[in-house]
Amino acid sequence: MIRHGTIAFATVLLVAAGVRAETMRVAVTTSFHNSGLSDILLPAIERDLGLDVQLLVVGTGQALRLGRAGDVDAVLVHSRRAEEAFVASGFATHRREIMYNDFVLIGPGHDPAGIAGASGAAEALVRIAEAGAPFVSRGDDSGTHEKELALWRAARRNPEGFGTWYRSVGSGMGAALNTARAMNAYTMSDRASWLKFGNKGDMALLYSGDPTLFNQYAYLPVNPERHPHVKGAPGRRLEEWLTSDRARVLIDGYTLGGDRLFTHNANAE
Amino acid sequence: MVGSILPLRLEAAAVRRGGNRLVGPVDLEIAAEGVTIVIGPNGSGKTSLLRLMHGLERAAEGRVRWAVPEAEARTRQAYVFQNPILMRRHVLGNIAYPLLVHGVHRAEARRRAADWAVKVGLGEALERQASSLSGGERQKLALARALIRQPDILFLDEPCANLDGRATREIEAILVAARDAGTRIVMATHDMGQARRLATEVFFLLQGQVHEAASGHGSLGRLATPEARAFLKGDIVE
Amino acid sequence: MNEILEGLIAAARLVATLDRDLTEIAARSLQVSVTAVVIASALGMPLGAWLAVNRFRWRRHVIAVMNALMGLPPVVVGLVVYLLLSRSGPFGVFGLLFTPTAMIVAQVIVVTPLVASIAHQAIRELWADYHDLLISIHTTKSQRVRALLWDGRRTLLTAALAGFGRAIGEVGAIMIVGGNIDHATRVLTTAIALETEKGNLALALGLGFVLIALAIAVNILIHTLSRTERASQW
Repeated sequence: MIRHGTIAFATVLLVAAGVRAETMRVAVTTSFHNSGLSDILLPAIERDLGLDVQLLVVGTGQALRLGRAGDVDAVLVHSRRAEEAFVASGFATHRREIMYNDFVLIGPGHDPAGIAGASGAAEALVRIAEAGAPFVSRGDDSGTHEKELALWRAARRNPEGFGTWYRSVGSGMGAALNTARAMNAYTMSDRASWLKFGNKGDMALLYSGDPTLFNQYAYLPVNPERHPHVKGAPGRRLEEWLTSDRARVLIDGYTLGGDRLFTHNANAE
Repeated sequence: MVGSILPLRLEAAAVRRGGNRLVGPVDLEIAAEGVTIVIGPNGSGKTSLLRLMHGLERAAEGRVRWAVPEAEARTRQAYVFQNPILMRRHVLGNIAYPLLVHGVHRAEARRRAADWAVKVGLGEALERQASSLSGGERQKLALARALIRQPDILFLDEPCANLDGRATREIEAILVAARDAGTRIVMATHDMGQARRLATEVFFLLQGQVHEAASGHGSLGRLATPEARAFLKGDIVE
Repeated sequence: MNEILEGLIAAARLVATLDRDLTEIAARSLQVSVTAVVIASALGMPLGAWLAVNRFRWRRHVIAVMNALMGLPPVVVGLVVYLLLSRSGPFGVFGLLFTPTAMIVAQVIVVTPLVASIAHQAIRELWADYHDLLISIHTTKSQRVRALLWDGRRTLLTAALAGFGRAIGEVGAIMIVGGNIDHATRVLTTAIALETEKGNLALALGLGFVLIALAIAVNILIHTLSRTERASQW
């Protein structure tokens, strides 16, 4: 009897797994999701468009790989060079800028490398390198990682040659922040992930405001010519919605502890 | 069923393990009727001989021949082990199992197993786990399970070795009933009283050979070789 | 230590309020793991029994490989299943990636060697007991396998529960092939990973305690059911 019961139970579970309304899958970066903005936008999208957007929260590199394989219908990421290459290779039909936020440098509250007074982001990194203060790098091909590498290039330093103070953890933003806290290390984060991060301890936001830390998010629909199964029509409606005034109000109005996190800068067509 | 699977003939048959001959070469015939008792000291090859006849051991030399093709003969015989092998089921499930294996419908198998359980005196224990039975009850269960398909021949390897007198008498009664119903019996035993009571034929085994055989009523008393006489007297024979 | 206490409080709060998201992901955890274990048992138990009963040339090697696969890293399984189910992979047309079905597939692969190995171990012992009897009764090979599986069912339950333990606590494979999508493929372990990622350690720990409690509850339930069966049937 037990056996029959188990099989019936399993069948019910299997069947229940299938049914759902119109859905599309979008690969987004950790920073976008961790900011909490998706919790505001997704219910609004479901109300306005009747569209259930399923988010795959990954680094920019993996998001683009998912798009290339056709495993998602669109990607929302922040790494301009990689995005343009993605469009140029024909994996996405186009790239549409939606909004931006910025990166910030986080470190131990007493700021042993003294980056708070730096004149620019590159200089702040140079101070960390010269002090040999521990620094945690995402090291995961994400948009944040790309930006960090660009800053080191601007500072004419090559992370390949760094000593043990430079720790590449190969994981997401939250894991990197957890590691940085445990090691009393500096790290670079997007502002949203930092503000939402729940395990700050005595870490503090030490440097921000350099225009080079500007972080543009763009929406790239996967090319249906490459992957005929991708959901083009819902993808277009989502893009229209993201660039609409409705989205502008929601995105610009989203604050954490009084700070605005994102600035909508999409051009209406 | 058409015709008996007997006689069974062993032609220079031997069992080997790791280069040693455990039994044989043996030439013998088990005719259609009677009760054959196999006696002999420990290590003389009684168990190996029974297992060879039943097909649990392969003949490394010689042949084991039945009156019918082997595949058919294999399904019309049964074996009761010295330590009964109990399946992890209740009494009824154990007794019914050979019927289920040979395609008897579940309800019918259950009914016939219950009949057999009553016949061997386990009528009160149908739903008990086999593992909870006493030594005598275990052998009765093994007997019922062996007899339920009414085999042409039943092999028993010292079925009463660890039983008291009462249990032994009960087992013997079941064997006599089976014999009268037409089942040929071949049994190894250490109990000379039991041998005397049941035997119509005796094989005395020594060092893997049938040292002496005797048949007919009172066959045990007809064993004449000095080794057999010594063994029957209770001397140590090797 | 303070955070462990906070974790316990978070777990208590989630359970006491029957948090809707929690019940949803807990139910999905059960759905995926139970289904995977049922399938893994249907595959692994007969395989284990078959390997115990049959003698063939490569038997030892097959058993060695099976035992080694018990330690299969789930991340590798996840990666392989991902590549197979990806739209660009051989089974892409079925559109199974990022669904509970994909998670079940990955977990079946992770769990089957474990179930098969433990089943093989248990059945081998039973087969040593039964060998002469089942040969004597002239059973076919499939009848032997069936008798061993049925009579060994109580020890096989242990194999299934071990498989369940591995499945319900597994995160590497289902993260990759499920994608941890809210309201679609999020389960307890991936939710724990996510909350850890967000730095919400107390909530992550709370979910962890819920996971442990769930695993214990399932074990107790199964053991109670199997005892009830014994009492009523024999």
